[in-house]
Amino acid sequence: MKARFTITALVALLIFCAGYAALFIAPDEATMHAIQRIFYFHVASWNAMFCAFFVAFYASVAYLVTGKRKWDALGVSGVEVGVTCCTIGLITGPLWARPVWGIWWTWDAKLTSTFILWLLFIAYLLLRGLVEDPEKKASLSAVFAIFASLDIPLVYLANRLWRTQHPQPVIAGGDGSGLDPTMSKVLLLCLFAIFCVMILVLVDRYRLELLRNEAAELRYEIESRGLDATTDYAATPALQKGAQ
Amino acid sequence: MTTAKAAAIILAKELRLEFRTRELLTATVIFALVVVVLFSFAFDPTAAESRRYGPGLLWIAFLFAGSLMLNPSFAREQNNETLDALRMAPISSFAILLGKILANFIFMSLAELVLVPIFAVLYNLSLAGIVWRLILVLVLGTLGLTVTGTVFSAISAHARMRELLLPLLVLPLLTPLLIAAVESTASLFAEQPALDRTWLAFLAGFDIVFLTASWLLCDHLLEE
Repeated sequence: MKARFTITALVALLIFCAGYAALFIAPDEATMHAIQRIFYFHVASWNAMFCAFFVAFYASVAYLVTGKRKWDALGVSGVEVGVTCCTIGLITGPLWARPVWGIWWTWDAKLTSTFILWLLFIAYLLLRGLVEDPEKKASLSAVFAIFASLDIPLVYLANRLWRTQHPQPVIAGGDGSGLDPTMSKVLLLCLFAIFCVMILVLVDRYRLELLRNEAAELRYEIESRGLDATTDYAATPALQKGAQ
Repeated sequence: MTTAKAAAIILAKELRLEFRTRELLTATVIFALVVVVLFSFAFDPTAAESRRYGPGLLWIAFLFAGSLMLNPSFAREQNNETLDALRMAPISSFAILLGKILANFIFMSLAELVLVPIFAVLYNLSLAGIVWRLILVLVLGTLGLTVTGTVFSAISAHARMRELLLPLLVLPLLTPLLIAAVESTASLFAEQPALDRTWLAFLAGFDIVFLTASWLLCDHLLEE
Protein backbone atom coordinates (compact mmCIF):
# COMPACT_ATOMS: atom_id res chain seq x y z
CA MET A 1 0.00 0.00 0.00
CA LYS A 2 2.77 2.38 1.04
CA ALA A 3 4.76 1.60 -2.09
CA ARG A 4 1.74 2.24 -4.30
CA PHE A 5 1.14 5.58 -2.65
CA THR A 6 4.77 6.65 -3.02
CA ILE A 7 4.89 5.63 -6.67
CA THR A 8 1.61 7.41 -7.42
CA ALA A 9 2.89 10.54 -5.70
CA LEU A 10 6.13 10.37 -7.69
CA VAL A 11 4.29 9.98 -10.98
CA ALA A 12 1.99 12.88 -10.07
CA LEU A 13 5.07 15.01 -9.40
CA LEU A 14 6.54 13.89 -12.73
CA ILE A 15 3.42 14.92 -14.60
CA PHE A 16 3.41 18.27 -12.87
CA CYS A 17 7.04 18.82 -13.91
CA ALA A 18 6.29 17.71 -17.46
CA GLY A 19 3.32 20.07 -17.68
CA TYR A 20 5.35 22.93 -16.34
CA ALA A 21 8.19 22.17 -18.76
CA ALA A 22 5.86 21.94 -21.74
CA LEU A 23 4.15 25.20 -20.93
CA PHE A 24 7.03 27.34 -19.68
CA ILE A 25 10.46 25.81 -20.32
CA ALA A 26 10.06 24.70 -23.93
CA PRO A 27 10.93 27.41 -26.42
CA ASP A 28 8.21 29.04 -28.51
CA GLU A 29 7.80 27.56 -31.97
CA ALA A 30 8.40 29.84 -34.94
CA THR A 31 5.08 29.71 -36.81
CA MET A 32 2.55 28.19 -34.42
CA HIS A 33 3.64 29.79 -31.12
CA ALA A 34 1.65 28.76 -28.06
CA ILE A 35 -0.64 26.13 -29.58
CA GLN A 36 2.38 24.07 -30.61
CA ARG A 37 2.90 23.14 -26.95
CA ILE A 38 0.10 20.61 -27.28
CA PHE A 39 2.67 18.64 -29.34
CA TYR A 40 4.33 17.34 -26.18
CA PHE A 41 1.17 15.68 -24.93
CA HIS A 42 -0.18 14.75 -28.35
CA VAL A 43 2.93 12.77 -29.24
CA ALA A 44 3.27 11.43 -25.68
CA SER A 45 -0.24 9.99 -25.67
CA TRP A 46 0.35 8.28 -29.03
CA ASN A 47 3.54 6.79 -27.68
CA ALA A 48 1.64 5.54 -24.62
CA MET A 49 -1.05 4.13 -26.92
CA PHE A 50 1.48 2.18 -28.99
CA CYS A 51 3.03 0.75 -25.82
CA ALA A 52 -0.37 -0.20 -24.37
CA PHE A 53 -1.49 -1.89 -27.59
CA PHE A 54 1.81 -3.70 -27.83
CA VAL A 55 1.26 -5.04 -24.31
CA ALA A 56 -2.24 -6.13 -25.38
CA PHE A 57 -0.85 -7.86 -28.49
CA TYR A 58 1.83 -9.65 -26.50
CA ALA A 59 -0.71 -10.68 -23.84
CA SER A 60 -3.11 -11.99 -26.51
CA VAL A 61 -0.43 -14.15 -28.09
CA ALA A 62 0.69 -15.34 -24.64
CA TYR A 63 -2.90 -16.25 -23.74
CA LEU A 64 -3.35 -18.29 -26.91
CA VAL A 65 -0.05 -20.07 -26.29
CA THR A 66 -0.34 -20.73 -22.54
CA GLY A 67 -4.09 -20.52 -21.79
CA LYS A 68 -3.47 -18.71 -18.48
CA ARG A 69 -6.21 -16.23 -17.50
CA LYS A 70 -3.74 -13.63 -16.23
CA TRP A 71 -2.69 -12.95 -19.84
CA ASP A 72 -6.30 -12.29 -20.76
CA ALA A 73 -6.52 -9.85 -17.83
CA LEU A 74 -3.40 -8.09 -19.08
CA GLY A 75 -4.80 -8.02 -22.60
CA VAL A 76 -8.04 -6.27 -21.67
CA SER A 77 -6.12 -3.83 -19.45
CA GLY A 78 -3.79 -2.98 -22.31
CA VAL A 79 -6.66 -2.42 -24.71
CA GLU A 80 -8.67 -0.25 -22.31
CA VAL A 81 -5.69 1.97 -21.50
CA GLY A 82 -4.73 2.08 -25.17
CA VAL A 83 -8.21 3.16 -26.22
CA THR A 84 -8.09 5.95 -23.61
CA CYS A 85 -4.71 7.17 -24.88
CA CYS A 86 -6.00 6.98 -28.44
CA THR A 87 -9.04 9.06 -27.47
CA ILE A 88 -6.78 11.68 -25.90
CA GLY A 89 -4.71 11.77 -29.07
CA LEU A 90 -7.79 12.03 -31.29
CA ILE A 91 -9.04 14.97 -29.20
CA THR A 92 -5.74 16.86 -28.90
CA GLY A 93 -5.12 16.41 -32.63
CA PRO A 94 -8.16 18.35 -33.89
CA LEU A 95 -7.70 20.90 -31.09
CA TRP A 96 -4.25 21.58 -32.53
CA ALA A 97 -5.35 21.29 -36.15
CA ARG A 98 -8.15 23.83 -36.04
CA PRO A 99 -6.05 26.93 -35.36
CA VAL A 100 -3.10 25.72 -37.45
CA TRP A 101 -4.61 24.04 -40.55
CA GLY A 102 -8.03 25.70 -40.34
CA ILE A 103 -9.81 22.33 -40.38
CA TRP A 104 -10.81 20.04 -37.52
CA TRP A 105 -10.22 16.85 -39.45
CA THR A 106 -9.18 15.43 -42.80
CA TRP A 107 -9.24 11.94 -44.23
CA ASP A 108 -5.53 11.49 -44.91
CA ALA A 109 -3.69 8.20 -44.34
CA LYS A 110 -2.50 8.89 -40.78
CA LEU A 111 -5.75 10.20 -39.37
CA THR A 112 -7.89 7.60 -41.12
CA SER A 113 -5.79 4.63 -40.03
CA THR A 114 -5.66 5.96 -36.46
CA PHE A 115 -9.43 6.41 -36.37
CA ILE A 116 -9.84 2.87 -37.65
CA LEU A 117 -7.50 1.61 -34.93
CA TRP A 118 -9.65 3.35 -32.34
CA LEU A 119 -12.81 1.78 -33.78
CA LEU A 120 -11.19 -1.66 -33.92
CA PHE A 121 -10.22 -1.72 -30.27
CA ILE A 122 -13.59 -0.33 -29.22
CA ALA A 123 -15.06 -3.26 -31.16
CA TYR A 124 -12.75 -5.49 -29.07
CA LEU A 125 -14.32 -4.11 -25.89
CA LEU A 126 -17.82 -4.57 -27.33
CA LEU A 127 -16.98 -8.16 -28.28
CA ARG A 128 -15.94 -8.88 -24.72
CA GLY A 129 -19.22 -7.48 -23.47
CA LEU A 130 -21.27 -9.67 -25.77
CA VAL A 131 -19.64 -13.05 -25.11
CA GLU A 132 -20.68 -14.58 -21.80
CA ASP A 133 -18.58 -17.67 -21.25
CA PRO A 134 -15.29 -16.45 -19.70
CA GLU A 135 -12.98 -18.85 -21.53
CA LYS A 136 -14.58 -18.23 -24.89
CA LYS A 137 -14.50 -14.50 -24.18
CA ALA A 138 -10.77 -14.73 -23.48
CA SER A 139 -9.81 -16.75 -26.54
CA LEU A 140 -12.06 -14.89 -29.00
CA SER A 141 -10.91 -11.47 -27.83
CA ALA A 142 -7.28 -12.64 -28.00
CA VAL A 143 -7.76 -13.68 -31.63
CA PHE A 144 -9.50 -10.41 -32.45
CA ALA A 145 -6.79 -8.37 -30.72
CA ILE A 146 -4.17 -10.04 -32.93
CA PHE A 147 -6.12 -9.14 -36.07
CA ALA A 148 -6.69 -5.59 -34.88
CA SER A 149 -2.97 -5.22 -34.09
CA LEU A 150 -2.25 -5.64 -37.81
CA ASP A 151 -3.39 -2.01 -38.22
CA ILE A 152 -0.81 -0.68 -35.74
CA PRO A 153 2.23 -0.70 -38.05
CA LEU A 154 0.08 0.99 -40.68
CA VAL A 155 -0.77 3.81 -38.25
CA TYR A 156 2.84 4.34 -37.22
CA LEU A 157 4.22 4.33 -40.74
CA ALA A 158 1.35 6.22 -42.41
CA ASN A 159 3.01 9.61 -42.46
CA ARG A 160 6.39 8.12 -43.41
CA LEU A 161 5.08 6.09 -46.37
CA TRP A 162 2.63 8.59 -47.80
CA ARG A 163 2.55 12.32 -48.20
CA THR A 164 -0.19 13.33 -45.80
CA GLN A 165 -1.88 16.43 -44.39
CA HIS A 166 -0.44 15.36 -41.04
CA PRO A 167 3.13 16.67 -40.60
CA GLN A 168 6.08 14.54 -41.62
CA PRO A 169 8.02 12.95 -38.74
CA VAL A 170 10.26 15.25 -36.72
CA ILE A 171 12.23 12.43 -35.12
CA ALA A 172 14.40 10.43 -37.53
CA GLY A 173 12.32 11.65 -40.40
CA GLY A 174 15.06 12.22 -42.94
CA ASP A 175 16.29 15.57 -44.27
CA GLY A 176 14.91 18.70 -42.66
CA SER A 177 13.54 16.89 -39.62
CA GLY A 178 14.82 17.13 -36.08
CA LEU A 179 13.99 19.12 -33.00
CA ASP A 180 15.53 22.02 -31.15
CA PRO A 181 17.62 20.50 -28.26
CA THR A 182 15.46 22.02 -25.49
CA MET A 183 12.34 20.83 -27.24
CA SER A 184 13.85 17.34 -27.46
CA LYS A 185 14.51 17.28 -23.74
CA VAL A 186 11.00 18.50 -22.87
CA LEU A 187 9.55 15.95 -25.29
CA LEU A 188 11.50 13.15 -23.64
CA LEU A 189 10.30 14.28 -20.22
CA CYS A 190 6.69 14.37 -21.36
CA LEU A 191 7.01 11.00 -23.12
CA PHE A 192 8.36 9.47 -19.95
CA ALA A 193 5.75 11.13 -17.71
CA ILE A 194 2.75 10.04 -19.78
CA PHE A 195 4.33 6.60 -20.18
CA CYS A 196 4.53 6.28 -16.37
CA VAL A 197 0.90 7.34 -15.99
CA MET A 198 -0.06 4.74 -18.57
CA ILE A 199 1.86 1.99 -16.78
CA LEU A 200 0.33 2.97 -13.44
CA VAL A 201 -3.22 2.82 -14.80
CA LEU A 202 -2.45 -0.40 -16.68
CA VAL A 203 -1.17 -2.16 -13.58
CA ASP A 204 -4.15 -0.99 -11.54
CA ARG A 205 -6.59 -2.22 -14.19
CA TYR A 206 -4.72 -5.54 -14.38
CA ARG A 207 -5.01 -5.99 -10.62
CA LEU A 208 -8.69 -5.08 -10.78
CA GLU A 209 -9.33 -7.67 -13.49
CA LEU A 210 -7.53 -10.37 -11.50
CA LEU A 211 -9.62 -9.51 -8.44
CA ARG A 212 -12.82 -9.60 -10.49
CA ASN A 213 -11.90 -13.04 -11.83
CA GLU A 214 -11.19 -14.26 -8.31
CA ALA A 215 -14.49 -12.86 -7.02
CA ALA A 216 -16.38 -14.51 -9.88
CA GLU A 217 -14.73 -17.85 -9.12
CA LEU A 218 -15.58 -17.59 -5.45
CA ARG A 219 -19.18 -16.68 -6.27
CA TYR A 220 -19.41 -19.69 -8.55
CA GLU A 221 -17.95 -21.92 -5.83
CA ILE A 222 -20.48 -20.67 -3.28
CA GLU A 223 -23.44 -21.03 -5.57
CA SER A 224 -22.44 -24.50 -6.68
CA ARG A 225 -22.78 -25.58 -3.06
CA GLY A 226 -26.37 -24.39 -3.09
CA LEU A 227 -25.69 -21.37 -0.91
CA ASP A 228 -26.67 -17.79 -1.67
CA ALA A 229 -23.65 -15.60 -2.39
CA THR A 230 -25.23 -12.46 -0.92
CA THR A 231 -26.35 -13.81 2.47
CA ASP A 232 -24.09 -13.28 5.47
CA TYR A 233 -24.12 -16.78 6.93
CA ALA A 234 -21.73 -15.90 9.75
CA ALA A 235 -24.20 -13.35 11.18
CA THR A 236 -27.24 -15.64 11.12
CA PRO A 237 -26.57 -18.87 13.08
CA ALA A 238 -29.98 -20.26 12.12
CA LEU A 239 -28.94 -20.54 8.51
CA GLN A 240 -25.57 -22.15 9.16
CA LYS A 241 -26.56 -25.79 9.50
CA GLY A 242 -27.67 -27.90 6.58
CA ALA A 243 -27.63 -25.15 4.00
CA GLN A 244 -28.00 -27.83 1.29
CA MET B 1 -6.90 -36.96 -45.55
CA THR B 2 -5.09 -33.89 -46.85
CA THR B 3 -6.26 -30.39 -46.04
CA ALA B 4 -7.10 -29.75 -49.69
CA LYS B 5 -9.32 -32.82 -49.99
CA ALA B 6 -11.07 -32.09 -46.69
CA ALA B 7 -11.62 -28.46 -47.68
CA ALA B 8 -13.08 -29.64 -51.00
CA ILE B 9 -15.55 -31.87 -49.19
CA ILE B 10 -16.60 -29.06 -46.85
CA LEU B 11 -16.92 -26.77 -49.88
CA ALA B 12 -19.16 -29.32 -51.62
CA LYS B 13 -21.30 -29.57 -48.49
CA GLU B 14 -21.71 -25.79 -48.24
CA LEU B 15 -22.56 -25.48 -51.94
CA ARG B 16 -25.05 -28.31 -51.79
CA LEU B 17 -26.68 -26.77 -48.72
CA GLU B 18 -26.97 -23.35 -50.30
CA PHE B 19 -28.19 -24.46 -53.71
CA ARG B 20 -31.05 -26.41 -52.21
CA THR B 21 -32.81 -23.23 -51.18
CA ARG B 22 -30.69 -20.43 -52.68
CA GLU B 23 -32.24 -18.10 -50.10
CA LEU B 24 -28.97 -16.57 -48.94
CA LEU B 25 -27.82 -15.87 -52.48
CA THR B 26 -31.04 -14.18 -53.55
CA ALA B 27 -31.20 -12.14 -50.36
CA THR B 28 -27.62 -10.95 -50.86
CA VAL B 29 -28.20 -9.88 -54.45
CA ILE B 30 -31.43 -8.06 -53.60
CA PHE B 31 -29.88 -6.33 -50.60
CA ALA B 32 -26.87 -5.11 -52.59
CA LEU B 33 -29.25 -3.91 -55.31
CA VAL B 34 -31.26 -1.96 -52.74
CA VAL B 35 -28.08 -0.33 -51.43
CA VAL B 36 -27.02 0.63 -54.97
CA VAL B 37 -30.45 2.13 -55.71
CA LEU B 38 -30.56 4.02 -52.40
CA PHE B 39 -27.16 5.53 -53.11
CA SER B 40 -28.42 6.80 -56.44
CA PHE B 41 -30.76 9.09 -54.53
CA ALA B 42 -27.77 10.69 -52.83
CA PHE B 43 -26.42 12.17 -56.03
CA ASP B 44 -27.49 12.64 -59.62
CA PRO B 45 -25.46 10.12 -61.60
CA THR B 46 -24.09 12.22 -64.43
CA ALA B 47 -21.21 10.64 -66.29
CA ALA B 48 -18.46 12.43 -64.40
CA GLU B 49 -20.02 11.81 -61.01
CA SER B 50 -20.66 8.16 -61.79
CA ARG B 51 -17.01 7.73 -62.56
CA ARG B 52 -16.02 9.41 -59.31
CA TYR B 53 -18.48 7.89 -56.88
CA GLY B 54 -19.54 4.73 -58.65
CA PRO B 55 -16.63 2.46 -57.66
CA GLY B 56 -16.88 3.61 -54.05
CA LEU B 57 -20.54 2.83 -53.70
CA LEU B 58 -20.19 -0.47 -55.57
CA TRP B 59 -17.66 -1.68 -53.06
CA ILE B 60 -19.64 -0.33 -50.10
CA ALA B 61 -22.66 -2.25 -51.39
CA PHE B 62 -20.49 -5.41 -51.58
CA LEU B 63 -19.10 -4.86 -48.09
CA PHE B 64 -22.55 -4.35 -46.54
CA ALA B 65 -24.06 -7.28 -48.42
CA GLY B 66 -21.03 -9.39 -47.54
CA SER B 67 -21.11 -8.65 -43.83
CA LEU B 68 -24.76 -9.73 -43.74
CA MET B 69 -24.26 -12.78 -45.95
CA LEU B 70 -21.20 -14.07 -44.12
CA ASN B 71 -22.98 -14.27 -40.77
CA PRO B 72 -24.85 -17.57 -41.29
CA SER B 73 -21.58 -19.21 -42.24
CA PHE B 74 -20.83 -20.22 -38.68
CA ALA B 75 -24.04 -19.07 -37.02
CA ARG B 76 -26.00 -21.97 -38.49
CA GLU B 77 -23.42 -24.41 -37.16
CA GLN B 78 -24.50 -23.44 -33.66
CA ASN B 79 -28.05 -24.80 -33.98
CA ASN B 80 -27.55 -28.53 -33.79
CA GLU B 81 -23.94 -28.28 -32.64
CA THR B 82 -22.79 -29.39 -36.04
CA LEU B 83 -19.52 -27.54 -35.56
CA ASP B 84 -18.59 -30.07 -32.87
CA ALA B 85 -19.33 -32.85 -35.34
CA LEU B 86 -17.07 -31.20 -37.91
CA ARG B 87 -14.33 -30.79 -35.33
CA MET B 88 -14.52 -34.47 -34.43
CA ALA B 89 -13.79 -35.48 -38.01
CA PRO B 90 -10.12 -36.34 -38.63
CA ILE B 91 -9.47 -33.14 -40.57
CA SER B 92 -7.52 -30.03 -39.64
CA SER B 93 -9.50 -26.99 -38.51
CA PHE B 94 -7.91 -25.02 -41.32
CA ALA B 95 -9.66 -27.37 -43.76
CA ILE B 96 -13.03 -26.46 -42.24
CA LEU B 97 -12.21 -22.76 -42.39
CA LEU B 98 -10.84 -22.99 -45.92
CA GLY B 99 -13.88 -24.89 -47.16
CA LYS B 100 -16.17 -22.21 -45.76
CA ILE B 101 -14.00 -19.38 -47.10
CA LEU B 102 -14.08 -20.88 -50.59
CA ALA B 103 -17.85 -21.45 -50.41
CA ASN B 104 -18.44 -17.85 -49.32
CA PHE B 105 -16.07 -16.66 -52.06
CA ILE B 106 -18.13 -18.51 -54.67
CA PHE B 107 -21.43 -17.12 -53.32
CA MET B 108 -20.06 -13.59 -53.16
CA SER B 109 -18.65 -13.91 -56.70
CA LEU B 110 -21.98 -15.13 -58.04
CA ALA B 111 -23.70 -12.17 -56.41
CA GLU B 112 -21.13 -9.80 -57.92
CA LEU B 113 -21.54 -11.41 -61.34
CA VAL B 114 -25.18 -10.39 -61.24
CA LEU B 115 -24.62 -6.99 -59.64
CA VAL B 116 -21.77 -5.50 -61.67
CA PRO B 117 -23.62 -5.50 -65.05
CA ILE B 118 -26.73 -4.06 -63.35
CA PHE B 119 -24.60 -1.41 -61.70
CA ALA B 120 -22.94 -0.55 -65.02
CA VAL B 121 -26.36 -0.15 -66.63
CA LEU B 122 -27.85 1.95 -63.81
CA TYR B 123 -24.89 4.33 -63.64
CA ASN B 124 -24.13 4.47 -67.37
CA LEU B 125 -20.61 3.13 -67.05
CA SER B 126 -19.12 1.12 -69.86
CA LEU B 127 -17.56 -2.27 -69.12
CA ALA B 128 -16.09 -2.62 -72.60
CA GLY B 129 -12.36 -3.35 -72.67
CA ILE B 130 -11.92 -3.55 -68.92
CA VAL B 131 -13.77 -6.78 -68.15
CA TRP B 132 -10.78 -9.03 -67.40
CA ARG B 133 -8.97 -6.41 -65.37
CA LEU B 134 -12.15 -5.66 -63.46
CA ILE B 135 -12.55 -9.37 -62.75
CA LEU B 136 -9.00 -9.43 -61.34
CA VAL B 137 -9.75 -6.55 -58.97
CA LEU B 138 -13.08 -8.13 -57.96
CA VAL B 139 -11.44 -11.49 -57.29
CA LEU B 140 -8.72 -10.02 -55.06
CA GLY B 141 -11.14 -7.78 -53.21
CA THR B 142 -13.74 -10.50 -52.70
CA LEU B 143 -11.09 -12.88 -51.43
CA GLY B 144 -10.06 -10.40 -48.74
CA LEU B 145 -13.70 -9.79 -47.83
CA THR B 146 -14.58 -13.47 -47.55
CA VAL B 147 -11.45 -14.45 -45.60
CA THR B 148 -12.02 -11.73 -43.02
CA GLY B 149 -15.79 -12.20 -42.95
CA THR B 150 -15.65 -15.97 -42.48
CA VAL B 151 -13.05 -15.69 -39.70
CA PHE B 152 -15.13 -13.14 -37.85
CA SER B 153 -18.30 -15.13 -38.42
CA ALA B 154 -16.55 -17.85 -36.42
CA ILE B 155 -15.79 -15.32 -33.69
CA SER B 156 -19.19 -13.64 -33.56
CA ALA B 157 -21.09 -16.96 -33.68
CA HIS B 158 -20.40 -17.30 -29.96
CA ALA B 159 -21.65 -13.83 -29.07
CA ARG B 160 -25.02 -12.23 -28.58
CA MET B 161 -26.25 -9.73 -31.19
CA ARG B 162 -24.12 -11.44 -33.80
CA GLU B 163 -25.89 -9.76 -36.75
CA LEU B 164 -24.75 -6.40 -35.43
CA LEU B 165 -21.41 -7.59 -34.11
CA LEU B 166 -20.09 -9.02 -37.35
CA PRO B 167 -20.28 -5.76 -39.36
CA LEU B 168 -18.88 -3.93 -36.31
CA LEU B 169 -15.84 -6.20 -36.21
CA VAL B 170 -15.31 -6.68 -39.93
CA LEU B 171 -15.90 -3.27 -41.50
CA PRO B 172 -13.14 -1.34 -39.68
CA LEU B 173 -10.68 -4.12 -40.48
CA LEU B 174 -11.66 -4.01 -44.14
CA THR B 175 -11.07 -0.29 -44.67
CA PRO B 176 -7.60 -0.80 -46.22
CA LEU B 177 -9.19 -3.32 -48.57
CA LEU B 178 -12.02 -0.91 -49.36
CA ILE B 179 -9.61 1.91 -50.16
CA ALA B 180 -7.41 -0.28 -52.37
CA ALA B 181 -10.36 -1.86 -54.20
CA VAL B 182 -12.07 1.47 -54.81
CA GLU B 183 -8.88 3.08 -56.11
CA SER B 184 -8.21 0.14 -58.43
CA THR B 185 -11.79 0.10 -59.73
CA ALA B 186 -11.85 3.88 -60.13
CA SER B 187 -8.70 3.83 -62.23
CA LEU B 188 -10.36 1.22 -64.45
CA PHE B 189 -13.51 3.28 -64.91
CA ALA B 190 -11.54 6.47 -65.62
CA GLU B 191 -11.40 8.18 -69.02
CA GLN B 192 -8.20 6.27 -69.80
CA PRO B 193 -8.65 2.86 -68.16
CA ALA B 194 -5.47 1.72 -66.45
CA LEU B 195 -4.66 -1.04 -64.00
CA ASP B 196 -3.16 0.52 -60.88
CA ARG B 197 -0.35 -1.86 -59.94
CA THR B 198 0.41 -0.41 -56.48
CA TRP B 199 -3.13 -0.76 -55.19
CA LEU B 200 -3.41 -4.21 -56.75
CA ALA B 201 -0.25 -5.28 -54.94
CA PHE B 202 -1.71 -3.81 -51.75
CA LEU B 203 -4.88 -5.90 -52.24
CA ALA B 204 -2.85 -9.04 -52.84
CA GLY B 205 -0.74 -8.27 -49.76
CA PHE B 206 -3.86 -7.77 -47.65
CA ASP B 207 -5.24 -11.14 -48.80
CA ILE B 208 -1.99 -12.95 -48.05
CA VAL B 209 -1.60 -11.36 -44.59
CA PHE B 210 -5.15 -12.20 -43.52
CA LEU B 211 -5.07 -15.70 -44.96
CA THR B 212 -1.83 -16.37 -43.07
CA ALA B 213 -3.24 -14.93 -39.85
CA SER B 214 -6.33 -17.15 -40.26
CA TRP B 215 -4.16 -20.21 -40.82
CA LEU B 216 -2.11 -19.45 -37.70
CA LEU B 217 -5.15 -18.80 -35.51
CA CYS B 218 -7.64 -21.35 -36.92
CA ASP B 219 -7.41 -23.76 -33.97
CA HIS B 220 -8.38 -21.09 -31.49
CA LEU B 221 -11.18 -19.86 -33.74
CA LEU B 222 -13.00 -23.16 -33.90
CA GLU B 223 -12.47 -24.51 -30.40
CA GLU B 224 -15.50 -24.91 -28.19
